[in-house]
Amino acid sequence: MSAGAVHSIETKNLNLWYGDFQALRNVNFRVRRGEITALIGPSGCGKTTLLRCFNRINERYGYVRTSGEIKILGQNIYAPDVSLIELRKTVGMVFQRPNPLPISVYENIVFGLRIHSPLFKWRKSVLDDIVEKALRDVFLWDELKDRLHVRATTLQLDQQQKLCIARLLPLKPEIILMDEPCSALDSEATLAVEELMLTLAGRYTVVIVTHNMAQARRVSHECAFMLMGELIEHTRTEDLFLTPKDPRTADYIEGRYG
Amino acid sequence: MTLLLVAPLVLIVGYIFYQALPILSLDFIFTNPKDGMRSGGIWSPLLGTCYLVLLSLAISTPIGVLAAVFLNEYAKDNWFTRMVNLAVVNLAGVPSIVHALFGLGAFVLFAGLGKSILAASLTLAIMTLPVIIASTKQALAAVPMAFREACWNVGATRWQTIRHVVLPNSINGILTGLILEVAHAAGETAPIMFTGAVFYKAIQEGDLFAYGPFDQCMALSMHLFTISTQVPGVPHALPFGTAIVLLGTVLMVNALSIIVRTRLRARKKW
Ligand SMILES: Nc1ncnc2c1ncn2[C@@H]1O[C@H](COP(=O)(O)OP(=O)(O)O)[C@@H](O)[C@H]1O
Ligand SMILES: [Mg+2]
Repeated sequence: MSAGAVHSIETKNLNLWYGDFQALRNVNFRVRRGEITALIGPSGCGKTTLLRCFNRINERYGYVRTSGEIKILGQNIYAPDVSLIELRKTVGMVFQRPNPLPISVYENIVFGLRIHSPLFKWRKSVLDDIVEKALRDVFLWDELKDRLHVRATTLQLDQQQKLCIARLLPLKPEIILMDEPCSALDSEATLAVEELMLTLAGRYTVVIVTHNMAQARRVSHECAFMLMGELIEHTRTEDLFLTPKDPRTADYIEGRYG
Repeated sequence: MTLLLVAPLVLIVGYIFYQALPILSLDFIFTNPKDGMRSGGIWSPLLGTCYLVLLSLAISTPIGVLAAVFLNEYAKDNWFTRMVNLAVVNLAGVPSIVHALFGLGAFVLFAGLGKSILAASLTLAIMTLPVIIASTKQALAAVPMAFREACWNVGATRWQTIRHVVLPNSINGILTGLILEVAHAAGETAPIMFTGAVFYKAIQEGDLFAYGPFDQCMALSMHLFTISTQVPGVPHALPFGTAIVLLGTVLMVNALSIIVRTRLRARKKW
């Protein structure tokens, strides 16, 4: 995968069908490297679907069909020689509901490493360092350093969500996709996660789906508006909210859609 | 509510135990039936039942669990899998006597195994297989999709996901289904009557390896049926004693599975 490119993600004429239902229509979307890009739009417009294309997790459902092109870091991810495993390491995802595995905090963080080198005997000190680094990166270390071996599913929801971000980091991802990462959190926890996102920008390319326009304004550099499977408008966040070009975008940000 | 559920169980077991009391002893377990089954113990049928249940489970568990994993985790939703699922559900409802006739035709006669422990175990395996598949599938389906997604998301393969997340989180349900099938296989008379069980056979007392796979054997369920309906003049306590041992065997397997479960849980680093 080539370095230097300006865009981390680039789709060309992307279409997606769930059975007979077309959920994405001719999406041409480019995400700038190292920035936070927000995807907004009414529920059911295909934001989650688009996000899940980027790590090809949609394919796990047998009835999904796609056409068009997706390039991640300049590499076509539908090319036959692409390794799904490498792709998923490069493109991490955070889900709407925090989904830590029902194992310890520690094991959650090293899970990916263990999966990828099942025969390698990791030295405990190496793993300890990795865990500490990952937890520090998401501001959880101080809270959790004495509770590394409690079951992750017993943590508070915002801690769980941060842990879900932390467990991606040891795999050294380039891109982190977040699907409404704060929708299960209260406002204080939401602000904390947003702050975390801002510190991740630069090091990682972040795409965040949100139905909360204030959040999109607060955290994103660029913002894209989707409607019924189409990408309507995509530009710098301040421009999208101050001077939307498309009347449908204007309607949406003024709250005229549900 | 709990009382309502537990009371009948305690009453039934208590009643059987009380009636069996005069006869229960180690001798009862370790001696063969004697005097035309009017006295002696239950060694021969007890060992027979253990053989039948263990062998049938050794056959049906791997096939059943793997089939369920395939159906739930790998198979796409197409006409073939739908047909397999339909077959599983329907086979689970087939009366055991039908399995018995199938076993007689397929294993005893066609495969040429004759009436033997092997043929009877295969028949029991066929009988328990659909239920094992169904219960295992249910246990797998109860594992939240979010766990699988979390796994795929860090690049785990399907098999790694199953091995590290799906199976550890469904093992309780899977074992519970298997235990129920132990009880089922131990309690059935019809499927073994035509395929490998005999009314009477004396074996070396206390020898755990007294039966070979091609021998015929006695079985507790059939023995209970025989002494309570076919033989006149059996002392009252004898069938109750047999029933208690049958129950005890099933309960012991239950206890064993609980131990296995706690062991498995202790091994995980939570
Ligand atoms: N797994 C699926 N199978 C079938 N249809 C789906 C599936 N997931 C989403 N859809 C449909 O695709 C459309 C877009 O859904 P989604 O991407 O979840 O929207 P959003 O995240 O913007 O709310 C919706 O109409 C939804 O009903
Ligand atoms: Mg969504």
